[in-house]
Amino acid sequence: MAASATPLVLAILAEGDSYGYAIIKRVKDLSDGHLQWTDGMLYPVLHRLERLDFIKARWGKSETGRKRKYYRLTSSGKVQLGEHRQQWHAVDQALRIVWKFGGQDPVAG
Amino acid sequence: MTESESDIEQQIVEWRRYLEQRNELAQDDIAELEDHLRGQIGELAASGLSPEEAFLVAIKRLGRQDVISREFALEHTDRLWKQLVLAGGTQPETALNNELFTVLALAVAAAVSLKIWDLTGLFPFESEPMFYFRNAPFFVMPWLCGYFYWKRQLSTVYLWWLIPPMLAALVVANSYPYLPAGNTFILSVLHLPIVLWLLVGYAYAGDRWASDSGRMDFVRFTGELAIYYVLIALGGWVFIGLTFVLFSSIGMNPEYLVGSWIVPGGVTGAFIIAAWLVEAKQGVIENIVPVLTHVFTPLFTLLLAAFLVTMLVTGQGVDIDREVLIAYDLLLVLVLGLLLYSLSARDPHAAPGMFDYLQLALVCCALLADLLALAGIAGRITEFGFSPNRLAALGENLILLVNLLWSAIYYYRFLKGQSEFTVLIRWQMAYLPVYAGWAAVVVVVFPPLFSFL
Repeated sequence: MAASATPLVLAILAEGDSYGYAIIKRVKDLSDGHLQWTDGMLYPVLHRLERLDFIKARWGKSETGRKRKYYRLTSSGKVQLGEHRQQWHAVDQALRIVWKFGGQDPVAG
Repeated sequence: MTESESDIEQQIVEWRRYLEQRNELAQDDIAELEDHLRGQIGELAASGLSPEEAFLVAIKRLGRQDVISREFALEHTDRLWKQLVLAGGTQPETALNNELFTVLALAVAAAVSLKIWDLTGLFPFESEPMFYFRNAPFFVMPWLCGYFYWKRQLSTVYLWWLIPPMLAALVVANSYPYLPAGNTFILSVLHLPIVLWLLVGYAYAGDRWASDSGRMDFVRFTGELAIYYVLIALGGWVFIGLTFVLFSSIGMNPEYLVGSWIVPGGVTGAFIIAAWLVEAKQGVIENIVPVLTHVFTPLFTLLLAAFLVTMLVTGQGVDIDREVLIAYDLLLVLVLGLLLYSLSARDPHAAPGMFDYLQLALVCCALLADLLALAGIAGRITEFGFSPNRLAALGENLILLVNLLWSAIYYYRFLKGQSEFTVLIRWQMAYLPVYAGWAAVVVVVFPPLFSFL
């Protein structure tokens, strides 16, 4: 699973409580289908974030009455999300500069 | 429900069953994955795929089971079977057969290590019971250590930590000139297994002994071993009963066969088999432990509370003589075991619930009962002076008191939301060596202190 998984999951949960399948769908929507995770791999990530107390799980019911596990962002998760935001912002800026001034496009050239 | 929909239901059931065989996945994990699978199937079917197609695509998107299981195992390192899984992927059949062979060999070796003294006539069962009492743990524990040493593929460094203490204990147990059936002798017999159990724990947890989760797994192992042992013993009784019936019916008395072969062999060998069962059949007991703790925690809370209230109402003082004191301590140890066992079965991330309040009530009742016991012991010591039994009881009750007091405080703070559940677990796990330490003092220091009386 890519390094982007943690901030993406935290950011999606910052929009509101959600569950595994909906999170994956949201990632696909947000990235126009460019980010395709192996669905099952999301769950170990969610469990890790729960262990780190960034998110909190609770069992609820789906619309059809099935058991469903919902996740909620905790306050320390919000702090963590803020840190991720800064890091990714810095990476984004650095890459922009490199790709603008760093000579030709390696893919095209 | 149409035919193809019920077909899909059937396939999901099979898929579930297949996942359940994977020890890395807990029931909750599978439920979560199933919810995901059903969500995906529903959406694909809504977009026009047939249920069969939707099922296949959904399975494919979920990813390969072995890869996912491995990720789960890596994340949930607190589940002790990860060692099995990460070491060898899925266990091939030859490895399983290999293990069965090793376990049987160890069980037989344990039985032989007991029987050989009787067989060679050096220490016959009838005339030398003292020999068997003082050496009882040595017929089992070294083999258990050996099993885990082999199973965990520990480095030889561990042998330096396992063998010398074991030998030292062996020397102490056999060289001390105890008075036959004296107090210090009985105390040693009772406390030596506790000391050696720490060594088993060290071999069991290996390099995870320093971590809370490693020790917690050992606590869980201990409880599950006890359950399996009782189950095997029950089966053993039936076996022995049938042996008697069968041989009596043809006019033979199987007393010799049973008394000097089946029972000694079974009592020792069953430990190894039980240990192996705990390791191999993780999922089975996993479901029993929470049930047992949920049944017995309320019962013991009620018992202790009723006892304390009755004592208060009737104003009956605690006239604790020796037999009562022993029963009393046994009760407290049971409560502590129940507490540890409940802690080990509890999901540390779960929010406080009803059961936690009950658990706290149990701890508080035990705390009061322990204080009463201490008062009783203090009374006897001021009246009659120190004796090995009284001093041992005093030490044990003080150790319990400290444990229960801190458990109550940490539990209370957890319920108030001021602290994490893991703090309580960390405290309990750090405290484990204290029991073995005190037991070692009783075994090594007490006999000379009280001139082996």
